Amino acid sequence: MTQEILLLLSISILLVPLVSFLINIFFGKRLGRMSGVVGTSILGFDFILAIIVAYSKLVTYADLHVVQNKFEWINLGTYKVVVGFGIDNIAAIMLLVVTLISLLVHLFSTNYMEGDRRYPTFYAYLGLFTFSMLGIVMANNFLLMYIFWELVGISSYLLIGFWYEKDSASNAGKKAFITNRIGDLGFFAGIMILFMTYGSFLFEDVFAGIASGKLPFDNPTMLTLAGIGIFMGAMGKSAQWPLHVWLPDAMEGPTPVSALIHAATMVAAGVYLVAKVFVMFTADALTFIAIIGTITAFVSASIALTQTDFKKVLAYSTVSQLGFMIMSLGTGGYTNGFFHLVTHAWFKAALFLAAGSVIHAMHHAMHHLHDHHSDPQDINNMGGLRKTMPWTYRTFLFVTLALSGVPLTSGFLSKDGILAGTMAWAHLTGGWHWIVPVLGFLAAGMTAFYMFRLTIVAFHGEHKTEIAKHTHENKLPIVLPLVVLSLLSFWFVYSPNPIDATQGWFHHKVVAPQTVVPAAYQWSFLMPEHASSALVEAGMHSTTSTVSHGSHAALNAYQEELHHYHYPALFLSVLLAALSILLAFLIYQYKYISADALEKRFKFLHTFSYNKWYFDELYKATAIAAVLALSRAMAWFDSTIVDGIVNLSAKVTSLAGKLTGIFDNVVIDGFVNLLADGTGYAGKTLRKLQTGNIQAYIVFALVGILALIYFFI
Amino acid sequence: MEIGLTHYIIVSALLFALGLYGIVSRKHAVMVLMGLELILNAANINFVAFARFGGMNIEGHIAAIFVIILAAAEAAVALAILLNIYQHFRHVNVDEVDQLKE
Repeated sequence: MTQEILLLLSISILLVPLVSFLINIFFGKRLGRMSGVVGTSILGFDFILAIIVAYSKLVTYADLHVVQNKFEWINLGTYKVVVGFGIDNIAAIMLLVVTLISLLVHLFSTNYMEGDRRYPTFYAYLGLFTFSMLGIVMANNFLLMYIFWELVGISSYLLIGFWYEKDSASNAGKKAFITNRIGDLGFFAGIMILFMTYGSFLFEDVFAGIASGKLPFDNPTMLTLAGIGIFMGAMGKSAQWPLHVWLPDAMEGPTPVSALIHAATMVAAGVYLVAKVFVMFTADALTFIAIIGTITAFVSASIALTQTDFKKVLAYSTVSQLGFMIMSLGTGGYTNGFFHLVTHAWFKAALFLAAGSVIHAMHHAMHHLHDHHSDPQDINNMGGLRKTMPWTYRTFLFVTLALSGVPLTSGFLSKDGILAGTMAWAHLTGGWHWIVPVLGFLAAGMTAFYMFRLTIVAFHGEHKTEIAKHTHENKLPIVLPLVVLSLLSFWFVYSPNPIDATQGWFHHKVVAPQTVVPAAYQWSFLMPEHASSALVEAGMHSTTSTVSHGSHAALNAYQEELHHYHYPALFLSVLLAALSILLAFLIYQYKYISADALEKRFKFLHTFSYNKWYFDELYKATAIAAVLALSRAMAWFDSTIVDGIVNLSAKVTSLAGKLTGIFDNVVIDGFVNLLADGTGYAGKTLRKLQTGNIQAYIVFALVGILALIYFFI
Repeated sequence: MEIGLTHYIIVSALLFALGLYGIVSRKHAVMVLMGLELILNAANINFVAFARFGGMNIEGHIAAIFVIILAAAEAAVALAILLNIYQHFRHVNVDEVDQLKE
C-alpha cells in the first residue's frame, strides 16, 4: 500500500462516521428503528478500515515517524495556513481504540436506547462525535486539532444533554461546555503564541522551529507558557483538577455515552494532545503537568471512596485515571502514559457498559414492580446482582481487577509502568518531587479499594431491595461488547510477559520522541546523549529527522532509572492493591470492620470526601458567585444608570415635545385659527350683502358710481 | 323760447331717472324690462340730440339705430328668460328670485 492510499483510507475513516451522522440526522425519522442498524454497520465498516490503516502504519511504515499530507488552506500573503492529516504510531493506535469502542457502543445502544423517543438523533450524535474525535486523532497541526477539539466539545454537550427534559441533564451539559471553554482559552492562547513565533500551525514546523533554538519572544518562559496554555486545553477536556468538576456531572447523559465519551475516548483527547506535543514541553511545563496530574489522581480517588451512585464512582475513577496518565506524561513517561490511555479505554468502557447493563436491568425491574421512585443507580439499592446477572458480573469483576492493577491484566502493566516512571523521575530530580510517586501510590491503593467496594456492594451478598431481586441478565447486544472489552484487558494483548510490558509490541511501537526543547530548559536526563553536539553538527536539516527518528534513542539515564525502579514499583503496587482489596472485603463482604463505625470515627474525612471536597460549593462561592455578582452589578448599572440616562433623555424629549406642543397649539394654531376665524367672520358678515336680489345689486352699483363720481369729479 | 340741447338733455336725464326708478322699484320683471327700455331710450335721445346740436352728425344717428336694434334683441332674449323663470317659479317677481345667493 502506498502512502497516498494509506492517507486516502485514513480520510475515509474520518468521513465515514460523518456519513452516518448525515443519514441519521436527515433520514432518521424515516429510518426509525433501522437507524441503529445503519449506524452500527457503518461503524463496523469504519473499524475494518481502521484495522487496515493501523496495521499498514505500524508494520509496513514502521520506520516512518508519520505518514501525512499537507495542503494550503488559507493564503494571506505573509501568512500561509497549511493544514493536513497525518498518521503516526499513536494516531494509528487511537484510530483502533476510537472506532472499536464507538462500534461497541453503537451495538450496545441498539438495545439500551430501545424505545427512546429520539433514537435516530442519538445515533446521529454518536456519528458526529466519532467523526470529531477521529479528526483530533488525525490532525497534524494545531488548527485542525482545535477545530475538531471544539466539535468534540459540542457533540459531548449534545449527548450529555440528550435527555434535556431533565433540568439536571441540561445543566450538566452547560457545565461541561463552559468548564471546557476555560481550558480552551489557554489552548488557544498557546496556539497563538506558537503561530506568532513560527508562522505555522503544523506540529513539525513548530517543533523544528523550537529545535533550531528560536524561542517565542526570545524568552524561554514564553515557551513554558505556550506549553502550559496548550496543556490547559487538555486540563479542560481530560477533566484535570481544578477543571474536573464537569465530568462527574456529565454522567447525566445516557450510559453508553458515558462509556464512549466520558470514559474512553473524548476525555483521553487531552492526554493524547499532551502526548502529541510532548516534545515541546520544557522542564517547568512538565513539572506543572505532573503536579496537576498527581493532584487530580489523588483528589478524585479520595472522592470515589464514598460515592453511592454507581456511575459517580466510575466517573471519579475516570478522573483519577486521567490524572495518572497526565502525571505519567509530566514525569517523562511518554510510553506508559499513552499505554495507560489505551488500556484504560478498554476497561473503563467495559466498566461503564457494565454499569449501563446494571442500570438497564434495574430499570426493567422497577418497571416490572411499578416502582417509579427508587434510584436505579444507587448501589445501596442493588446487592446480589452476581446471581441475577452472571455475565455482567464476570466481566465487571475482571475489568475491576484490571483497573485495580492486579497482575495478568493490562491495567497492571500500564499502572506499574507509570508508578515506576514517577519514582524514576523523583529520584532523578529529587527533593519534594517524591510527593508525586507517594500520592500516586496512595491513589492506586484507593483505586483498588473503591472498585472492590463498588463490586461487593452492588454484586455480592444478598439482594438489598425487591428491585435487585427482579433484575435479569441483558440480551446479546449488551453482553457482547462487555466480553470483547474484557478480552482486550488481558496482558497478552500487549506483551507476552505478564509483568513486564517493555518486551511487548506496544512499547516497541510507542517510543518517547526526543525532546526539541533546548538543553538549558529541559531535564538533562530527557535529552538524548550528546544531543547538543549532534544538533550543532547536523544543523537544521537533521533536527526534523531527530524528531522523526527519536524512537531509536539510546538508553538514557531516565530509562535506566525506569528499569531500576521496575521491581520496587511492581511489588509496592501489588502489595497496595492486595491490601486494599483485602480491606474492602473485610469491610463490605465479611463486615469484620463496620463501615458505619468507620464513617462515624472519620466523620470529617467522610463528609469531605462524600461532598467531593466541596469543589462545586467552592466554585459556587467564588467563581460562580463572582460572575453572578458581576452580572448583578451589570444589571444594576444597566437598570439604574443606563436605563436612567435613557429614561431621562426620554423625559427631556417628552417635556420638550410638550412645550413645542403648547407653542404649536397656542401660538401657531392660534394664529392660523385667528386667520381662519377672521376670514370666516368676514365672509359671514359680507355674505349678507349678497342678497341674491338683482335690484339691490343695482342700487349698490348706483351708489358706487355716485360715490366714484363724487370723489373723482 | 328756442328749444336747444339743454332741454333735450333734461328730458333725457328725466327719462333715465324714471327708467332707473322703474328698475329698482318694480317687482314685476316685465316692468323692470320696461324701465330698462326707458334708460335705453334716454340714451337714444342723447345720441340724437348730440347729432343735431353737438356736431356728432351721422355717427349719432347710427349709434341710436344700433341701440334700437340692441333693445329689440335684448327684449327678445330677456322675455325668453322671463318665460323660463315663469315656468320654474310660476311667477316673475324679481325680489323673490334670489336663489343665486345660495
